[in-house]
Amino acid sequence: MTKHAHAAPAPVGGRLLSPVTFVLGVLILAALAILAVRFVYGLGTVTNLNDGYPWGIWVVADVVIGSAFACGGFSVAMLVYIFNKGEYHPLVRPALLASLFGYTLAGVGVLFDLGRWWNFWHILAPGYASPNSVMFEVAACISLYIVVMWIEFSPTFFEKWGMKDARRKVNKAMFFFIALGTVLPMMHQSSLGSLLVVFGTQIHPLWQSIVLPLIFLISAITMGYAVVLFESCLAAAGYRRTIEMHLLTPLSKIMLGMLGVFLAVRFGDLIVRGALGYAFEGSVQAAMFWLETACFVAPFVLLRAQAARRNPARLFVAGALLMLGGVLLRINAFLVGYDTGEGWSYFPSVPEMLVTFGMFAIEILAYIVITRRFPVLPREDAVHGAH
Amino acid sequence: MASRRDFLKRALAGSAAVAGAATCTDASARGNAQISPDAVGLLFDSTLCIGCKACVAACKDANGLPLDYATPIEAAWDVPVDTTAKTFNVIKAYVDGSGMHKDQVQDGYAFMKSSCLHCVDPSCVSACPVSAMTKDPVTGIVGYDPDACIGCRYCVAACPFGIPKYDYDSPTGKIGKCELCRHRLPEGKYAACAEVCPTGATLFGKVSELKAEAKRRLALTPGAETTWPRGNLTTGDQPSWNGPAPVYVQHIYGEKEVGGTQMLKLAAVPFDKLGHRPLPERSFSSQSETLQHTLYGGLVLPLAVLGAMTWVAKRNVKHDDEGGDHD
Ligand code: SF4
Ligand code: SF4
Ligand code: SF4
Repeated sequence: MTKHAHAAPAPVGGRLLSPVTFVLGVLILAALAILAVRFVYGLGTVTNLNDGYPWGIWVVADVVIGSAFACGGFSVAMLVYIFNKGEYHPLVRPALLASLFGYTLAGVGVLFDLGRWWNFWHILAPGYASPNSVMFEVAACISLYIVVMWIEFSPTFFEKWGMKDARRKVNKAMFFFIALGTVLPMMHQSSLGSLLVVFGTQIHPLWQSIVLPLIFLISAITMGYAVVLFESCLAAAGYRRTIEMHLLTPLSKIMLGMLGVFLAVRFGDLIVRGALGYAFEGSVQAAMFWLETACFVAPFVLLRAQAARRNPARLFVAGALLMLGGVLLRINAFLVGYDTGEGWSYFPSVPEMLVTFGMFAIEILAYIVITRRFPVLPREDAVHGAH
Repeated sequence: MASRRDFLKRALAGSAAVAGAATCTDASARGNAQISPDAVGLLFDSTLCIGCKACVAACKDANGLPLDYATPIEAAWDVPVDTTAKTFNVIKAYVDGSGMHKDQVQDGYAFMKSSCLHCVDPSCVSACPVSAMTKDPVTGIVGYDPDACIGCRYCVAACPFGIPKYDYDSPTGKIGKCELCRHRLPEGKYAACAEVCPTGATLFGKVSELKAEAKRRLALTPGAETTWPRGNLTTGDQPSWNGPAPVYVQHIYGEKEVGGTQMLKLAAVPFDKLGHRPLPERSFSSQSETLQHTLYGGLVLPLAVLGAMTWVAKRNVKHDDEGGDHD
């Protein structure tokens, strides 16, 4: 078996206060203020939600998209531990960190959106919980996964605080948590698609399908790799570190492979259901479908050549476009393709968007603070060819 | 090349376990739910409705609901244009051209009642994660329990008829929808909207009897004199009246739609013009639940995958730990 000598993770160090963290802080404060108003006066005062569009961006962006962005940890862990690609090990911790915050915030974000949030515990309480409901499955799985991820990430804290014993104990059982950590996201990422099945004909045929769970799952895994490319490039630029091209180049190839599978399933399903014709109608839905598809196809064009895959800028753009494709797939399926009857419309209000920005700001800020203070990213001087 | 062979072996072992699990959960597929023999409901006959909205007011009264304004200007009466969290029943109008003739597609008008249809296999019940939406096993009434509800509004989004609504103006908003006056049944009363309807356009009764009545009406010769029951069809508590039969659209809306509903509708104007889109006979909830049960029935499939993953991860993590011990 190949053994990979990796640089051990180490804190990046440096100052926490910078123009970037300041802006993030301001965004977070604004979101908190808006949320205070929401909890005192109700959802209607800050959101544009209505009875024709009872779900807005707090559900679709903060939870459905937020958790898909957070699939980096799951995608990379699967690569390393299930498919035994040990060489990608240095990517596990940073990816897991981003996932940890993505999911934890998605979980908290749900509370903001719940109209009767003080009853939230009912969803896991026997006597209330309804296993027939897709949302029950999503909630149960995400809650459990958040716990599992904190356990997976705990060695980082134990290392920092010198808790050798605790670290050893957790590591003993780690294989089981890693396995759980791959199964749980498979379950809820697919179920996030299944949520729409019960909406029936209210969802446009370009998005309503019995294989929605598969489409959502594969796209989430693909997005997981895209997020890792995106994050690694960003972290390298932000911290003036060397980009781990020796890992990102082959990773981008895996990403394209998954993307190929995704497109085959997506179009195969449209053709089998005879729904592809809707893509050629002169409708908003058709236009959005092609925009979504273009974002999924673009990485193939951008990263066609081996040389292109060695170009960090290309990897970054391809990763970003793929993420955008995943975003559009979700917005299209949940909002653009949703039609409950004439006369309803929805576009998020400014306060609604500010809360969503605030949520993403918390994630980025936490990532910065933790990577600067805790051993997450590989030690720089040990990275091959560091200058 | 060792790692590639390992990879294939593992992938094969994993998919074998998954396939095995998938085949033994096939029995979980379910068809549409069946209606209870004692189910109660409403029959709404658009041709008999005169648009007086007595039922709209009676519904508010029976459910203790406040006024609801469709326009920001507060008038002395409420004019809801659609069901809301505070309005469980509205009469909508179809108008075309000059709007002179009742029940005529061109230059005509027609009325349609909008309230919960009490689906036989309701999407709202299937969607609700906390059993706040429930279907009574005997009466088939779809009820709502605000003390259980978490306000996720999955029911609002899922209902194919756009019925349940949430109150966005309150920090403690509830879902509002018709519960077929289930609180009046123990008092020996029935749906307030049917009780006050002067023409019998809204009729309460056992669904089996309502369905027979609907079929009788569709078989009538247009113009022929016939008897129109009012109030409660099952108990016959109110006197009926005589009048000519209209020209019906030969369709009982709610007989087959999404697995059937306990509110049936008749009309002389095509239903899609009255805000009722055509819907398939297979219920959406049975599709969703079949999918869920196939994937998660008895947790067989997730456990099989977890087993495979644990087995693979155990081997790979150990190897990873050896490397890790050098830190
Ligand atoms: S009409 Fe809507 S709210 Fe009423 S039972 Fe059917 S799905 Fe539920
Ligand atoms: S809003 Fe309430 S009743 Fe409706 S699905 Fe959610 S928990 Fe159930
Ligand atoms: S049955 Fe009762 S709650 Fe339902 S519409 Fe009629 S009056 Fe309103």
